[in-house]
Amino acid sequence: MTITNNTGSDLAAVETITVVIDGVAVEVPKGTLAIRAAELIGTEIPRFCDHPLLTPVAACRACLIEVEGMPKPQPACAQVVTDGMVIRTQNSSEVAAEAQAGVMEFLLLNHPLDCPVCDKGGECPLQNQAMSVGRPESRFTEEKRTFEKPINVSAQILLDRERCVSCARCTRFADQIAGDAFIDLLERGSKQQVGTADDQPFDSYFSGNTVQICPVGALTSSAYRFRSRPFDLVSVPTTCEHCASGCSLRTDYRRGVVTRRLAWDDPEVNEEWNCDKGRFAFQYQTEGRIAAPMIRENGELRVASWPEALVVAAEGLRKAGTAVGVLVGGRATVEDAYAYQRFARIALGSDHLDFRVRANSDEEAAFLKSAVAGAPVRTTYADLETAPAVLLVAFEPEDESPIVFLRLRKAAAARTAVLSVSATATRGLEKMHGTWIPAAPGAEASVLGALDSAVLDQLRQPGAVILVGERIASIAGGASAVQALAASTGAALSWVPRRAGERGALDAGALAGLLPLGRPLTDATARGEVAAAWGVSADSLPSQPGLAGENLLQAAKSRTIRAIISGGVDLGDFANPALAREAFESTGFVLSLENHHSSVTAIADVVLPVAVVTEKSGTFLNWEGRPRPFGEVLRDALMMSDAAVLGLIAQNLGANVGASDVPALRRQMASLGAWQGSRESAPTVAPAAAAGGVALATWRYLLDEGSMQDDEPHLAATARSAAAVVSAATAASLGNPAEVTISGPAGAIVLPLEVGNVVDNAVVLPMNSAGCVVARDLGAGYGEQVSLRAGGAA
Amino acid sequence: MAELPQAVRGFGVTFITMFKKVVTEQYPEDASKYPPKPRFHGRHQLNRWADGLEKCVGCELCAWACPADAIFVEGASNSEEERFSPGERYGRVYQINYLRCIFCGLCIEACPTRALTMTNEFELADDNRADLIYEKKDLLAPMLPGMIAPPHAMVPGTTEQDYYANKIKGADASQTVVGS
Repeated sequence: MTITNNTGSDLAAVETITVVIDGVAVEVPKGTLAIRAAELIGTEIPRFCDHPLLTPVAACRACLIEVEGMPKPQPACAQVVTDGMVIRTQNSSEVAAEAQAGVMEFLLLNHPLDCPVCDKGGECPLQNQAMSVGRPESRFTEEKRTFEKPINVSAQILLDRERCVSCARCTRFADQIAGDAFIDLLERGSKQQVGTADDQPFDSYFSGNTVQICPVGALTSSAYRFRSRPFDLVSVPTTCEHCASGCSLRTDYRRGVVTRRLAWDDPEVNEEWNCDKGRFAFQYQTEGRIAAPMIRENGELRVASWPEALVVAAEGLRKAGTAVGVLVGGRATVEDAYAYQRFARIALGSDHLDFRVRANSDEEAAFLKSAVAGAPVRTTYADLETAPAVLLVAFEPEDESPIVFLRLRKAAAARTAVLSVSATATRGLEKMHGTWIPAAPGAEASVLGALDSAVLDQLRQPGAVILVGERIASIAGGASAVQALAASTGAALSWVPRRAGERGALDAGALAGLLPLGRPLTDATARGEVAAAWGVSADSLPSQPGLAGENLLQAAKSRTIRAIISGGVDLGDFANPALAREAFESTGFVLSLENHHSSVTAIADVVLPVAVVTEKSGTFLNWEGRPRPFGEVLRDALMMSDAAVLGLIAQNLGANVGASDVPALRRQMASLGAWQGSRESAPTVAPAAAAGGVALATWRYLLDEGSMQDDEPHLAATARSAAAVVSAATAASLGNPAEVTISGPAGAIVLPLEVGNVVDNAVVLPMNSAGCVVARDLGAGYGEQVSLRAGGAA
Repeated sequence: MAELPQAVRGFGVTFITMFKKVVTEQYPEDASKYPPKPRFHGRHQLNRWADGLEKCVGCELCAWACPADAIFVEGASNSEEERFSPGERYGRVYQINYLRCIFCGLCIEACPTRALTMTNEFELADDNRADLIYEKKDLLAPMLPGMIAPPHAMVPGTTEQDYYANKIKGADASQTVVGS
């Protein structure tokens, strides 16, 4: 378990005291709990409610110890040691041992004997404790207390109340860590039970953690219920592929099928937590996979052999010459993204690269090239915790990077002031005790340019941080304003992308005009270094930046770009799906490297199946820039990574792109090293004025219609339902209707209307939720104008 | 008396044996005359409750106890529409690999619901490996009078506890309707 991290300087300053435990003197920092002090000398005191990241509550009483001078046994998990305290644990004290045995007997009185059908059976602290110190025979002959079982505290989380030992770990987690106190202890005495309010399920983004920390089998998940027993499983440490938080996970599989994922203990990143998307969304890895290469013949895709498909793919690309666009989706690992750009630049001679398969802008590209690409780790999770102030711009941490949210919430409870420049003060911001700096959607830049002196003072404090999200690309002048603000206040600036692969793809150079590790393509020295590492002549690399973003799509639509390679891209990912569809349909040849059929494979001429994260090794860079390497989970999977497939296509093209295995790619990137030369200058785009009428504020909610959450009905049922949120004044101007119709260029959506903390003349919508797919249904993006009308169907 | 030659003495043993009781058991001709002892460890059987529901809850304790790693079990949830056993959980997949099984009976001891017992059947030879992995359908006890083949509901008005308390004496006519 995690011991709260102390920095070196803190340790030096810590005052220590000496306590005697079981006759052993041990020196511990002042304020240490007896249970931790005992751990230091290797004595494990039994515990159920104790958790190092939650406040002590002494609810289960399993950890009773004898303290000299105190009349009765004391709970070690809540007993702060004092200097000279003499403690006797169960190892040296008859009193403590007897007290612990008595508590154990009480805990088992009403505990059902259903270990054989309990998901926790085999990894259950209560079971282990009962087996090691419990009585062999129960003296309890009366009827046990029973409850109806199980009940759903949410669609995903099931509660067996009769198994509960009322340790309050789950309720403390929900309250203290997640900030979603939807569950609490109800009733008293033997009827005490965890429960929810009648109409308020435990729909927290972090609810899965309660299943993991429950010391008995009281909380289980619908998805994993009865799937396997712990002793069937092989556990592999891995990294979450769902967002740029970069959580360490433990993936458990049985006979080649992943059965569950758990948060792994990584104090520097995710502590012991993760979000429900990372925990529960993994069926996509097995369901509906593309098993074999496919080529399009007479308008229909048909299965082909690898050699045949590779020949057709190479032929299609050869015909397009250097006019090939390469789009790398957000699921790519660093190694895969690196392989894409190397393939584009060596085998195709093309620099038409982009990894930003979402709303993007030239200004954003300039910002990323000047401030982010190839930069070393600067701001870390630990820095967030110690920062005096954190300013969020175009970033909703709870939805877009949940572990950043948890860390900011923890920081805010201690000392950090969280500020958010946003069109809306979300519940997430409330949970971070944040301050809302209202800004009309799309016009955040002008607000950033005219911040209060009080806010500027906060940002001028040493250690202050500015976090910008991916939506900064939708705000004209936003990136420029943020960079100017960081420069003028001295605050550290970090970019927190939403997808796991984006930061890695940026460092890998999968963007037009950007070579690996922040090297500008237009710089001859940079080209020379890269050419040397790749073993090609510098002249053979493209020297003029290619097309990216919307320009790339427009060029494909007009057939200037004659082929597109799509690596895990869906048309719905683009800011303008209609344009993307036209581009993919118009261009001469589409090659799709995919693991599921999508709107792109429906158009593609050749579809090559690739591995998902469990079937390959690789690295994600999280938002900090911290490498999060992971190995294969399923070693006998036959799928090839994107990099390996690109290597084979290159062979068919007669190009030598070099080795494509992960160790070789890592070595090559390491040999390149950081870029020492000059970088592109920061963008200077003037702030845009707010759009007239009603402006749209929208982002992707954590749980939505994303394709990596497919086939997870229980998870989807805990997602927030789509609603249109407006300010009270805007709602009043519409006549406070129950439903509202939002119309954009492409169509209209009818949603329930909610009133919230939103700037006037703006509406907040989920970007890709059930019943509200903004880009497709409205044809409008973040900050663009939409119209609102009271009522439902026209 | 001079000793008889060794060879003749040998024939004497043969001659005397001709008048002794025959100990040879004729298998397979007279197999029915010589049944195995009642507690002989033969092929396993997955038992049923009196109404036909399965006793197995898919807990895998048999697989865990097995020293030869011969048993594979996968549990699943019962639903009101499709119920195979009383309670929440049943064994969706149940396999015993008789190429590995050493008939030690530890699985029987481990079974918390008496779902798994051993029959006296020992004729388990076959000419290929695949057929020696017995599936659930090969191991389930035969349907006796009063039983209805699952999936079906529990006897109306009873709970899981009533089954374990052995209060179920046979299927109710209403149980023939799936999901009733």
